[in-house]
Amino acid sequence: MYKKRPRFMNDKQLKLSDIVTMLEGKVICGDAFLERAVSHGFASDLLSDVLTMDSHDVLWLTGLSNLQTIRTAEMADISQIVLVRDKVASPEMLELAKENHIVLIQTRLSMFRSVGLLYQAGLSPVF
Amino acid sequence: MHFEYKVTGGDFTGAGYASSQLKKLLKQLGVDPRVIKRAVIALYEAEVNIVAHARKGIIKIDIDKDQVKMILDDEGPGIADISMAMQKGYSTASETVRAMGFGAGMGLPNISDNADFFNIKSTPGVGTQLEIKVQFK
Repeated sequence: MYKKRPRFMNDKQLKLSDIVTMLEGKVICGDAFLERAVSHGFASDLLSDVLTMDSHDVLWLTGLSNLQTIRTAEMADISQIVLVRDKVASPEMLELAKENHIVLIQTRLSMFRSVGLLYQAGLSPVF
Repeated sequence: MHFEYKVTGGDFTGAGYASSQLKKLLKQLGVDPRVIKRAVIALYEAEVNIVAHARKGIIKIDIDKDQVKMILDDEGPGIADISMAMQKGYSTASETVRAMGFGAGMGLPNISDNADFFNIKSTPGVGTQLEIKVQFK
């Protein structure tokens, strides 16, 4: 089963709108949901990694940009994705993300830098 | 309730369609979201396996009040050594499939982890049949 993560009442929550600012990002889907907050983050370009962890409510950072990125998020109940290194989303990706109320944030920053900034700001690792 | 979906080998655009439909349906039926996630992740992994390895396949889904039963039949290379394929990290996926983010050798073990019942039958050179059951309670 999924790698369970401990949850604490005092887990720091980061608002998606603040994350966009921090990563100098651009919201390419899901403008309406930027008030959502997340407490945990996960970074991977392997879909299998995402499908085998406790993914509920995490912010997923990835450099993998294809339709299955969005499908995987849909199956794993992930509602916010950061595409690092300025990866572009196809129209099909945007459509599927929209259908599933997934927020897509694009940033020119690298995966390492993005993760570093978010970790510093208090986002917790999944495990 | 009975549903069938066709899956085409190599069609990475369509991969996940059946899983997506199942998710919507189980939501409508008011199934526990944790159970839905287990069922759709198991089905998605299995669906992607057909797309990644087989020529074509068919997914048959039966839902009753206690469980969802999924049978996936494909025509393809089959699995020569099932116990090897069940090991985490073992994969025969092509470079193309790996470039899509799959092929880490986690699919079959992950189906097994998420299912309440899981069985594989395979004839090398002919195809593979997966039977997956997830109980609602």
